[in-house]
Amino acid sequence: MKEEGYDYSVVQGFAFSALFWLFVGLAVGLWLAAEMVYPGLNLAPWLAFGRLRVVHTNGLAFGFGLGGIFACTYYMLQRLTRIRLAFPRLAKFHMYFFNAAIALAALSLFAGMNTSHEYAELEWPLDIGVVVMWVIFAINVFGTLIKRKEKQMYISLWYIISMTVTIAVLYIVNNLEIPVNWFKSYTVYAGANDANVEWWYGHNAVGFVFTVPILAMFYYFLPKSTNLPIYSHRLSIVAFWSLIFGYVWTGAHHLMLTPLPEWIQTVAIAFSIFLIAPSWGSVINGYYTMRGEWDKMRSNYLVKFFIMGITFYGLQTIQGPTQGLRIMTGFFHYTDWVIGHVHMGTMGWVTMIISASLYYMIPAVNGREIYSVKLANTHFWLILVGQLIFTITMWIAGIQQGAMWKASNPDGSLTYSFLETVTAMYPYWKIRFAGGFVYFLGIVVFGYNLLMTLKSPEEATQPRTA
Amino acid sequence: MYSRPIVFAIMATVVILVGTIAMMVVPLTLQSTQPVSPLVKPYTAVELEGRDIYIREGCNNCHTQTIRPLRTEVVRYGQYSKPEEFAYDRPFLWGSRRIGPDLQRVGGKYPDSWHYRHMDNPRSMFPKSNMPDYAWLAARQLDTSYSYKKTHVVGYGYTVNEVNKNLADYLVRVTSSAYIAGDARDKVTPPVLKDKLTEMDALVAYLQKLGMDVKNLNKS
Repeated sequence: MKEEGYDYSVVQGFAFSALFWLFVGLAVGLWLAAEMVYPGLNLAPWLAFGRLRVVHTNGLAFGFGLGGIFACTYYMLQRLTRIRLAFPRLAKFHMYFFNAAIALAALSLFAGMNTSHEYAELEWPLDIGVVVMWVIFAINVFGTLIKRKEKQMYISLWYIISMTVTIAVLYIVNNLEIPVNWFKSYTVYAGANDANVEWWYGHNAVGFVFTVPILAMFYYFLPKSTNLPIYSHRLSIVAFWSLIFGYVWTGAHHLMLTPLPEWIQTVAIAFSIFLIAPSWGSVINGYYTMRGEWDKMRSNYLVKFFIMGITFYGLQTIQGPTQGLRIMTGFFHYTDWVIGHVHMGTMGWVTMIISASLYYMIPAVNGREIYSVKLANTHFWLILVGQLIFTITMWIAGIQQGAMWKASNPDGSLTYSFLETVTAMYPYWKIRFAGGFVYFLGIVVFGYNLLMTLKSPEEATQPRTA
Repeated sequence: MYSRPIVFAIMATVVILVGTIAMMVVPLTLQSTQPVSPLVKPYTAVELEGRDIYIREGCNNCHTQTIRPLRTEVVRYGQYSKPEEFAYDRPFLWGSRRIGPDLQRVGGKYPDSWHYRHMDNPRSMFPKSNMPDYAWLAARQLDTSYSYKKTHVVGYGYTVNEVNKNLADYLVRVTSSAYIAGDARDKVTPPVLKDKLTEMDALVAYLQKLGMDVKNLNKS
């Protein structure tokens, strides 16, 4: 049952672009994980850890993350407004522009053109390209919203609107820089100011890329794939406004115990604690939507992804504010604990939700059934187990390294040299590689399943239930 | 509001601007966020070039440059970081993960020769280290064509002559027979570049400056 009257070519294009960059980003991640233990793999200069790490983070956050977000946004936007995209050809241009930008970004980072701002490493010509791309996207979002046939805007559209405006503000302000030449610039902010602006950006890039649009998908695709209405509309209103209000206050929790003025740190951590409430508002909304229907966890493979995803989101939003507290950050910051935290969010929450959203959309836009539910289940278990191996190992490693850094002898001298605290990590780093590899296998299964769905015969035997 | 996208977008923007103004714009306007001290000197031209190589190679992905006011951290790395020390840091390089040790006070901790040898092959000194080799930095001549423009953009206020003199002086320093790390430098530098400034020279100059303003203060 093909859904007619909408422009789906761009949805499909972005979905498979995201899949491609996911594959690339994870392969780079595995290489990096191996470098941690086998330094010979640092093939200079392009594959040395310092250059490669930013290819990993940018490739996955922006190639995979944004690609998946654009795919889902263009789909949800049309379905929720009940009209075609306002500017389909512009959307198609957006897709080619996006892939060209990500490819150029990766090349420039390999070549060492790097501003050093985390998640904003691109040099200024590419920054301008990113802003142009975002404007193109925003024109379609607002153009379609203005022309829409459905009067009320559903929850997911609120999240899409707030992402669209906030990312624009964040990206432009944090990337204000003065060029030296085509490949090099200096930020306009100095020292502690630069740190504060950067983490206002960095944390909200997490907020408005890894949280807000992913919640848009969750609020749309969970009800669609279960035929269950969202539990509480009022709760979603309260959670939405308090989430976007609170998020922008919290960036400085990345800078606890640094020379940044103490009041900024304290306010940031207070708002981080506050953020537990709106985050869990969405978690509770998701759980209560499933009330009395929990057997769907077994019978509907998409529900597994969505409920495990929102569960990791719930855990993530408890762990985050907790580890930001001064006493905790003093112990955990700069260790692998934080690496575990980030990867629970990205490998657990973000990828689970985008995976399920693509599993919903790709068959829907092609009028086909998913190639194999069994493979989808295999994918689910591989990425779940891979992620758990990865994150739990990193947490244990973080606790051990944090303790070793702090260990001192009765006379007050340090028990361990720095190098001893590094070599103690090698066994964990090997296990982390294994976890990442299991996860990678899951993504290979995912990609195969989606590609085979395109090849399977149209108009499958079982009609879609959703 | 839920049926008016433009009004909704404006509302959402206002809501995110409240925290943005309080936490990001207001601190920018306060002197106390990034105080300036006459005791902290800007980087010289060659140090700034070294710093740019540090950035290019992504050293900040494994090394932090901020020492927290915690007892064991001060024992390990030296005095905790003071805000004044970062007044000339554009960008800041505090970092977020310590795969390697903090470097904020690495200046003066080891002789230049140590850095040349360590960068050339970290495992020759620490067999179990996982740091990448940076031997190839000694095989690349330092590009100084933008050195003046760089110091100008970051507002250090040097004249062209001062920048050229700094680069020339540093070249004399590392190539003179009196240079105490001369043997180590010669060993890692290809013969054709022995009389030129290399990227490794600049990086060593930068590393040796880190934290020195406070260390010199303690001496005097």
